[in-house]
Amino acid sequence: MSATQDKKPILQARGLVKRYGHVTAIDGADFDLYHGEILAVIGDNGAGKSSLIKALAGAVIPDEGEILLDGEKVNFKSPIEARKAGIETVYQDLAVAPALDIATNLFLGREQRRAGPLGSVLRMLDKGGMKDQAAQHMRDLQIGIRSMSQAVETLSGGQRQGVAVARSAAWARKLVIMDEPTAALGVKESNQVLELIRRVRDNGLPVILISHNMPHVFEIADRIHIHRLGRRVAVVDPKDHSMHEVVGIMTGAVVHDIEHPDDEPNGAAPSAEQPAEERPGSEATGH
Amino acid sequence: MTQPETQPATAGGQAPQPPEARARARPGISAERLAQLGPLIALIIVCAFFTTQSSRFLTGENFSLVFQQVMVIGTLAIGQTIIILTAGIDLSCGVVMAFGSIVMTKMAVNNGVPALIAVLLGILACVAFGVINGGFVTFLGLPPFIVTLGTYNIAFALTHIYSKDETISGLPTLMTKLGEGFSIGSTRVTYGSVVCLGLFVATWFALSQTAWGRHVYTLGDNAEAARLMGIPVRRKLLMVYVVAAAFYGIAALLLISRTNVGDPNAGQTENLEAITAVVLGGTSLFGGRGTVIGTLIGAIIIGVLRNGLVLMGVASIYQVLITGILVILAVSVDQLARRRAT
Repeated sequence: MSATQDKKPILQARGLVKRYGHVTAIDGADFDLYHGEILAVIGDNGAGKSSLIKALAGAVIPDEGEILLDGEKVNFKSPIEARKAGIETVYQDLAVAPALDIATNLFLGREQRRAGPLGSVLRMLDKGGMKDQAAQHMRDLQIGIRSMSQAVETLSGGQRQGVAVARSAAWARKLVIMDEPTAALGVKESNQVLELIRRVRDNGLPVILISHNMPHVFEIADRIHIHRLGRRVAVVDPKDHSMHEVVGIMTGAVVHDIEHPDDEPNGAAPSAEQPAEERPGSEATGH
Repeated sequence: MTQPETQPATAGGQAPQPPEARARARPGISAERLAQLGPLIALIIVCAFFTTQSSRFLTGENFSLVFQQVMVIGTLAIGQTIIILTAGIDLSCGVVMAFGSIVMTKMAVNNGVPALIAVLLGILACVAFGVINGGFVTFLGLPPFIVTLGTYNIAFALTHIYSKDETISGLPTLMTKLGEGFSIGSTRVTYGSVVCLGLFVATWFALSQTAWGRHVYTLGDNAEAARLMGIPVRRKLLMVYVVAAAFYGIAALLLISRTNVGDPNAGQTENLEAITAVVLGGTSLFGGRGTVIGTLIGAIIIGVLRNGLVLMGVASIYQVLITGILVILAVSVDQLARRRAT
């Protein structure tokens, strides 16, 4: 951790709060992502990690707190604004159009037109140019699909994930958020996607990885952000902690609130997940 | 630079591809091919059959006639195609066209409105229905089937109320201009046929060569993906219904130019025939797949069937029977193709 502490975070959140009626989904959460890292965000079901990620990606507008991108305060009103700022998200269901080809999917909503009157007057797409660029993006990540005119539905699950990741990596200028990228995949394809996530990082884009799969998290994360009861309770280095410890912190079996050592979670955090407190570790330790 | 064979960890590389993925890829492609080539093959078979049955069938003159007969449902079917591509349907297309044709003719004949303006008002009347259909589908999220069933009845009733159930004749010549034409050799080609073909070409271009077209397909294929990729889904969907309705307006003009009257009872057979043409043309009722060229072929199949059976002296009710069978066949092929593809 000491290596990252002297650097400035690329994405930072301070004291985020998001309430839905009586339910506090984000309860004063902090967040830091540094250049060149894969940061895994883990948390039990209902810990509020998806609300946190949505706030960072512009899909949820926090009630309090601030988000800083490259040190500048940002107020995303929609995912589109976050994308414009350089934050791309790989959604769990991939958000691809299966009947359309790979190149079209890579440029969906950001199509490029031909030069000259064909493009400006007739609005004709530069299909060849987009195909070439798509092929280049796929090569950058060493995704071995030859034809960019192949329909996405003809690809395997891992290849589809590859298309979604390549699209995000191609357009992201700051960072990529990946939501459960290996959830629907088998062992072999999962490993290929993990390798792909490493390549995204090595090509210069920091990655926020949301995952329930502890072995995968421990395999590729540089740091692990542990979310519990609506806030960050610890950030650990997977090399220094065992999977058992991390799951313990995540479920509250191990009291390890580095961020809020004086807080008594039961008293200070009026959160919807409170009942989970009575049966610590009953759900997630099985992973 | 990439050597998938020597890099087993390559994501989605050629070498580590699981066998089930390879097996899946094959029928997916062939099903797509079948969906594209099926209508053309069907048309060729039908034409070959009628050629053996009647010496008058395979002549330029006869095909000119077939095309004049299908230009109205063809133009309706263009609008229907772009709606069905978004996984919608428009049951009101034919009667909306009838309403448009009554507005055009009544304005010109009874109210003395100049022909050109009367035509524009008729097209606008159709577009108004497009706004209603599209508005309820996009902003209230109602099923297109129900909304357009409602507007079918509304347009039908308005047509009869406004026309007082009377056929309007004595149209200004400018209004029926598209029914005239020119000759290539002994074959007469009407301007209306040329307009219809031009609309097909323009729509083919818009659907396959522009971002607008790609987005129409995406709306039917995965609307959520379209939304997440920043495409203004509601606005695009509304526009699809409006553009389709504008096609119905042009179809109304073609209808008038062919019949030379404003007929309040028009549009009822065309209503379902337009959907039939789209389905026969291989466009999926589930959205996201299909081409407007397929729709053109589908419309011609309907015209050829009607024409050929008449030449053979077969009662016209058999044409309805055969069309019905073909529709079920086409939808079955689509369903099977989808099941294998995903």
